[in-house]
Amino acid sequence: MNKYLLLLALCVSTSFADTLYITLEKDNALAVVDGASGTLLKTVPLGQRPRGLALSKNGSLLYVAASDDDTIQILDTNTLKVIGDLPAGEDPETFRIHPNGRWLYVSNEDDNIVTVVDVEKRSVITEISVGVEPEGIAISSDGLWVVNTSETTNMVHWIDPRQQGITDNTLVDPRPRAAEFSVDNKSLFVTSEIAGSLSRIDVASKQVEQQLSFRIPGVDQELIQPVGVLAHPDNRLLFVALGPANRVAVVDIQKMEVIKYLLVGQRVWNLAFSPDLKRLYTTNGVSNDISIIELDSLKVTKSLRVGHYPWGITVKDD
Amino acid sequence: MNLLHAFIALKGIVTRELWRFLHQRERFVAALVRPLVWLFVFAAGFRSTLGIAIIPPYQTYILYEVYIAAGLIGMIQLFNGMQSSLSMVYDREMGSMKTLLVSPLPRWFLLTGKLLAGTAVSILQAYVFLVIAWFYDIQAPWHGYLSLLPALVLAGLMLGALGMLLSSFIKQLENFAGVMNFVIFPMFFMSTALYPLWKIKESSELLHTLASYNPFSQAVELLRFALYGQFNLYAFVYTLSCFVIFMAIAVWGYNPSKGMMVKKGGGPR
Repeated sequence: MNKYLLLLALCVSTSFADTLYITLEKDNALAVVDGASGTLLKTVPLGQRPRGLALSKNGSLLYVAASDDDTIQILDTNTLKVIGDLPAGEDPETFRIHPNGRWLYVSNEDDNIVTVVDVEKRSVITEISVGVEPEGIAISSDGLWVVNTSETTNMVHWIDPRQQGITDNTLVDPRPRAAEFSVDNKSLFVTSEIAGSLSRIDVASKQVEQQLSFRIPGVDQELIQPVGVLAHPDNRLLFVALGPANRVAVVDIQKMEVIKYLLVGQRVWNLAFSPDLKRLYTTNGVSNDISIIELDSLKVTKSLRVGHYPWGITVKDD
Repeated sequence: MNLLHAFIALKGIVTRELWRFLHQRERFVAALVRPLVWLFVFAAGFRSTLGIAIIPPYQTYILYEVYIAAGLIGMIQLFNGMQSSLSMVYDREMGSMKTLLVSPLPRWFLLTGKLLAGTAVSILQAYVFLVIAWFYDIQAPWHGYLSLLPALVLAGLMLGALGMLLSSFIKQLENFAGVMNFVIFPMFFMSTALYPLWKIKESSELLHTLASYNPFSQAVELLRFALYGQFNLYAFVYTLSCFVIFMAIAVWGYNPSKGMMVKKGGGPR
């Protein structure tokens, strides 16, 4: 009997459960999905036009940008109840939390600023003026750099968190959207929506080192609009959501070459890994679903309807 | 019916069919080239056509070549069934069929033997096709390749029985062209092999109805679900029923005194 209990315990301990939180832009709600089984668990009402979201450092709180309410809502991940708000400036869209767990950087598209919020005091630390239409935010894992992309200025703005100000700018391809640091923080990857390209910027020199243009046989070039980007912790692969091309590009980081294009739902926006790195999840805005990609085989195994206009996604390790 | 006698006869029929198949390498190549041309050339033009809806047994968006693969396995079996019927017309003209049919063994047994031999050949072709498709990134779960086998047997038997039924109606080899025009092509194009039912429904309700009742559609769906480790009960019952009906008519059709061989002037005078 004990033998069986031990076996059961081993099975339980080796199975990685994860919960996905997905903002539904049109439903004003949050979809909660069990990642391992790919099933929709529940939908929770939120503020208006929820988009960016992130978990607190210990996973107990979930921050969600309710863009049309000009606020970031705070949810308790156990009860999924809204327990408070953060001041976030006008129309908050994308945000990230600094590795210190305290500073939250959010882009305010209409005001051309990045607002820095203290999540503990629930107050604004400062507002940093950036280029026109700020969009993507990325923070290096060592906490030394925060970058913001501005869609119309076509720039990456380098913010030093110690000064809470811009120290450098890098010109990139038209309409930069998302940014992501490599695991070793030596490179920054930036997607450009109109150019249909990915730029690799050297963090030390702040210069564009390499560029990659996406080309999919049989797909109109205008439809290839790179948006979300995510680096695998093994520093070998990078995943890029290609918007209305309905594909995720798998990029070899060293060679800066596309290994494979994976067919997912329509207008793929954002990406997230499962904590055990077995799966990659994508939010597909127009087809109202998420796609689940098995990372070992690089195959799309399932697409699951979650609600209208799924936008942001974050994953909690259970 | 003596079991040993039956076994020897079955072995003779199957061996003859396999020998004939193995000695006709061009037939094997031709049987593979046809679906591969559809896969590499035809499907390439429609690559992203189906990327907008998820239909069972698929759980996510698929490229057209993934969709068409199951239909092309069906195509292999359809053409094989018809090829077998062609060879039976030939056998009848050459007299070897008459020799077979006058043996003391039951007619249904002899015809089933012919059918099994033809199905075995089509299964071999289907798996070779799947190996090539695998390298073209059309990959089903590994257990799907196992669960496909019984589906291939039933679909192969049903399509073979259909071919046998038709061969009992054909008086001369030359008439086989008619079978191509009036049976194979309509069956293939009016099925779910190339397009899913919801796509057909978008263009024509009539075509949708015809395609859903087409036995070939159900055979293809049986194969499609089996390839992904799933069982489609409706397609199974439909295919099995068609097999029984086609086989019964074929056995009757091959009755030298009552069937179509007499009516068409092919039977003994």
